[in-house]
Amino acid sequence: MRHVTRHLPLAVTLLACAFLLIPIIQSILAGLTVNYFRGLSSGLTLKWIGQVWELYSDSIFLSIGLAMACLAVTLVLGVPAAYVLARNPGRTSRVLEEFISLPLAIPGLALALALLQLYGTVQGFRTSWTFILVGHVLYTLPFMVRSVLSVLAAIDLKTLEEGAASLGASPVRRFIDIVVPNAMPGILAGALTVVTLSIGEFNLTWMLHTPYLKTLPVGLADSYASMRLEVASAYTLVFFVMIVPLLMAMQWASARAQRITQ
Amino acid sequence: MTLTLGNIAKTFPCGTRALRPTDLEIEQGEILSLLGPSGCGKSTLLRIIAGLETPDPGASIVFDGEDVTHQSVDRRKIGMVFQSYALFPNMSVRGNIGYGLKMQKLPRAEIAARVEEVIELCRLEPYADRAITALSGGQRQRVALARAMAPRPRVLLLDEPLSALDAALRGQLRDELALLLREFGITAIFVTHDQDEAMAIADRVAVMSQGEVAQIGTPEALYRNPATGFVARFVGDAMPLEGHIERETLHLQGGMLGLPRASDGQQVLVRAEDIRIDPQGPIAARVETVTFLGTHYRIALSGAMTGPLFMLHAGFSAPKPGDKVRISIPPEALLVLPLDTAA
Repeated sequence: MRHVTRHLPLAVTLLACAFLLIPIIQSILAGLTVNYFRGLSSGLTLKWIGQVWELYSDSIFLSIGLAMACLAVTLVLGVPAAYVLARNPGRTSRVLEEFISLPLAIPGLALALALLQLYGTVQGFRTSWTFILVGHVLYTLPFMVRSVLSVLAAIDLKTLEEGAASLGASPVRRFIDIVVPNAMPGILAGALTVVTLSIGEFNLTWMLHTPYLKTLPVGLADSYASMRLEVASAYTLVFFVMIVPLLMAMQWASARAQRITQ
Repeated sequence: MTLTLGNIAKTFPCGTRALRPTDLEIEQGEILSLLGPSGCGKSTLLRIIAGLETPDPGASIVFDGEDVTHQSVDRRKIGMVFQSYALFPNMSVRGNIGYGLKMQKLPRAEIAARVEEVIELCRLEPYADRAITALSGGQRQRVALARAMAPRPRVLLLDEPLSALDAALRGQLRDELALLLREFGITAIFVTHDQDEAMAIADRVAVMSQGEVAQIGTPEALYRNPATGFVARFVGDAMPLEGHIERETLHLQGGMLGLPRASDGQQVLVRAEDIRIDPQGPIAARVETVTFLGTHYRIALSGAMTGPLFMLHAGFSAPKPGDKVRISIPPEALLVLPLDTAA
């Protein structure tokens, strides 16, 4: 009986891992086999990955570009916003923080519809990549603000700034020399989250994209819908290779930021 | 630098009067302490001088003839030591100390030389390249002082600089700070709630209570001639003698005391160190507790007045609890002061 209680949790864990991992392994293998339906015996190939590159390299570059632009915008908007919220704690700040976080609670679909209703008729903007960028910024900004805010809230920012001011530092210098360096762990964690989310975002992007503007996940859906399974699986592999290192870096950075806030 | 404060008051947005109109003059090289219990307005006054708080309209703050009332903190050329030190965790000890000099846009070589100079003066050589987080409380306190002093400020403002330290270290650093400040020869204002600290460090002490300066003077003057009951209680822990005054006589439960003058409608206070055991003394009392404190005994007496009366007794032996004793108080030790106005 004791035997069972000892091994049962392990077995459950292994099963859960298998449940999560087997489809991934299968998908990766599918992307590398010559013919998935004949199985591994048909041989391994990089042909499909080559084809993905040919067909969808634009999507890869668009996604990377979009993620970088999204990062730039969330940094420029998010860090000062978090700073202002941290320096003025109070009811108004709390309400504003909730407003910034609101897009998290609304399905991407609804958000996209709202954007389409509001800006869909603006010529040039609707078909531009900046339209998708607006959606991504809306969706990722709360992550940046919250990440920076939690680090700033954990340090005595007001006194640190007063210290710098007493030494002759102007408000701009204080922001550059004191606020930003001390918020860095939060900024880094937020930045990695923003990039990871932007590259992987599907819901909103699916609604906003045009045939000429397919991001990585939209291209993935497209490839599963219209290409042979091996190509789509190879696409999944490419996606993995891009997103997994980002994901790991994000976890490392968040853990680091968390240590400061404790 | 001479510092002249005129009509400094502060009313917070919620309507609380933190500081009533205050005038103050501080001379070149003088160390002034603002002493008082928490909430008396001492930190507010210091922060107004620093420029971290805006006074009510009508105030004037003059540094050596220059009106700085409307100058922002970063232009006032002050040095400040904060209670929490406010050291920058993203910079080393050297980086912290050099920050003010960097803001003055001095040449690199000069910054390095002056940082070295202050590091030496504050005996921080072994820690100069450490991270702030790797320093002890006492070391941080010295770095905070060095950082404030490096840019050669016009006035040094210290906000409870020792209160974050443990008791043993506080005593040691108190004397160290007093010496360092005199070595620097700087005009300094020092906020504290600890009378020993104020007396050890300051040339003059301004005792504050309920948003105003109750009395200002040298530590000795405050101790010998307190102007109010509050000052007497706060500086030197004077105890009120609870009794009934009839012209030149104070009637206590344990006896009568002669007063230097007719004092009807006033209060009489005394300090524990001024009460003597004296077989011919006019007041009878009973010993309740005896605590040995090394240099003397602290004795709680009952029966002398309605409440307990404490006295300090020097010598090699002390009465036992339960003993009946007689005590006397020299007339010059009696502090006859107006009654405290109800707050």
